[in-house]
Amino acid sequence: MADIVLPEYAPNVTPDLLEGPAGRPMSYWQLVGWRLRRDKVTLAAAGVILLIVSSAVLAPYLAPYDPFQGSIRLRLARIGSAGHLLGTDEQGRDMFTRLLYGGRMSLVAGVTPVFIALLTGSTLGIIAGYLGGRVNMLIMRLMDIFYAFPSVLLAIAISGALGAGLGNTIIALSIVFTPPITRLAESVTTQVRAWEFMEAARASGAGTLAIIRHQMIANVLGPIFVYATTLVSVSVIIASGLSFLGLGVSPPHAEWGLMLNTLRQSIYVNTWVPALPGVMIFLTSMAFNLLSDGLRDAMDVRL
Amino acid sequence: MTQHDTILTVQDLRKSFAVRGGLLHTLQAEVKAVDGVSFEVQRGEILGIVGESGCGKSTTARLLLRLIEPDAGEVCFEGQNILRVFATGLKAYRRQVQMVFQDPYSSLNPRLNIEDAVAFNARVHGASRPTARAKAWQALDKVGLRAAQFGRRYPHELSGGQRQRVNIARALVLDPKLIVLDEPVSSLDKSVQAQVLNLLQSLQKGLGLTYVFISHDLQVIEYLSDRVLVMYLGQIVELGGAAEVAAEPLHPYTQALFASAPSMNPDARLERPPLSGDPPNPINPPSGCRFRTRCPQAMEICASAAPPLLPIGKTAHQVACYLYPEDKNCSPAGPQRRTAAE
Repeated sequence: MADIVLPEYAPNVTPDLLEGPAGRPMSYWQLVGWRLRRDKVTLAAAGVILLIVSSAVLAPYLAPYDPFQGSIRLRLARIGSAGHLLGTDEQGRDMFTRLLYGGRMSLVAGVTPVFIALLTGSTLGIIAGYLGGRVNMLIMRLMDIFYAFPSVLLAIAISGALGAGLGNTIIALSIVFTPPITRLAESVTTQVRAWEFMEAARASGAGTLAIIRHQMIANVLGPIFVYATTLVSVSVIIASGLSFLGLGVSPPHAEWGLMLNTLRQSIYVNTWVPALPGVMIFLTSMAFNLLSDGLRDAMDVRL
Repeated sequence: MTQHDTILTVQDLRKSFAVRGGLLHTLQAEVKAVDGVSFEVQRGEILGIVGESGCGKSTTARLLLRLIEPDAGEVCFEGQNILRVFATGLKAYRRQVQMVFQDPYSSLNPRLNIEDAVAFNARVHGASRPTARAKAWQALDKVGLRAAQFGRRYPHELSGGQRQRVNIARALVLDPKLIVLDEPVSSLDKSVQAQVLNLLQSLQKGLGLTYVFISHDLQVIEYLSDRVLVMYLGQIVELGGAAEVAAEPLHPYTQALFASAPSMNPDARLERPPLSGDPPNPINPPSGCRFRTRCPQAMEICASAAPPLLPIGKTAHQVACYLYPEDKNCSPAGPQRRTAAE
């Protein structure tokens, strides 16, 4: 037996991305974090998100004006006007203030439904995938019913039925996002369950909960989490769309989609001010998309 | 090998799988994957189970660990019927009987580094984190992987042979008495196969383990096993000492298997394959002896009833074939053996 010579691990085969700082043992999440820190695009996206989130959270402290207080004499001031850096809207309210306050609504409407859908969807999906059989059939066919409608249409239908308001927008979007997350969770769980290491874990004598916790979750949650991050940008856009249609946040509250709607007639008077909420929606959804791309790469240990 | 120290007894084990299909997901047919298999495993021996794809080898392995529930039969480990034990008893059983899986890729969790993968088995049985880690290091050391170097690596960073060593380490970490190895080397290339086989052999001798070693590769079985069990379509056709079976295979199927193994001697190579065709569909096996449809020496009696597995003379060599009537001392009525091609 002593004559077995193990091939030394060729150090140049391993890109340093895999290894982390020389020789320091890392757990999986440490490795993910370490890789994320080296990814400039993802860092920038995370920075943008952080900036938008903190500006929204700190809106009352940062905003120079009252978001509801307009001025008849100062309507549609141009970008760079004295006292109103980003101009004013059609009622003479400060755009910078409105954008800060609008971010609160848009982010809540963007992140909360995805978070709720992440909880319900992954729970349903993991149950369906792990148990299989009839349970799987029941859950997945139920999800197929929701799948029959395009997501925007479904969101409009649900919030139309429930009535306007932020709370109803969140409910509608949570319902819209649950089926795709469930479907992804189910397929990933089914895949992972078929791997021999799951059987090996059972052969070791481990119980179902221990298997799900230690062997399953890390394999399943990665892809689900990444997918959910991409949904945040979709959610921001649909939430804004609902407000634009008058089904989401109602005036005089500030919300990016709603602002886009009320300002749209002014686009011939003042081209750039009405575009600002759109720019914010674009920036936010772009940042979330790039972040999810980066997360996916960082969380894949096989890369 | 101490005589008459039986560690595992398998009695008339049966398992069939339902084939469902159609619009209403109805039962279409049943595949009898394992159909009345009985054998014993002696403490300290290596029992090789050989047969072609689909003959029920892997199903037998999973039944032995109760990873799937058998339809009928008994599996007794050290006198205890493990099909009648419940949660805690089963857990205790699985501490003593471990399994090494075939596919070195899918049998390791890609998200666990190998130290954690090996330690998991110890953690399951109540070891504290540091203890489990220490045990994992010991087990990795036993299979020739330095934990300091490899412990924190993920499976994708290891070669197939190294992964299979990790699998073996995972089986060893609980200090089992019996290890069921399901084609542990079949997906490795020949040189690595030899390394892993040598490792398995030295572990077996050094730790006093018992193996049930499953393979479709006769050379591997012949090299490693003390006794060989040949399966065909869910049934045992021949059982005997590895050397005896290799020197004088009795069942026409075993003969064909040995004849089909490539020989190192060019003069002994065959002009044409000793067996043609595929095994019959196990959903609808032939009546009587299941091998008769492909058997070059099939007789009328073969279609009527399945031949029982009977010892040849007073030896431990058993065969299920009408060519060897009872009480005859290993001089069958007229099979030409090992000359299948001529």
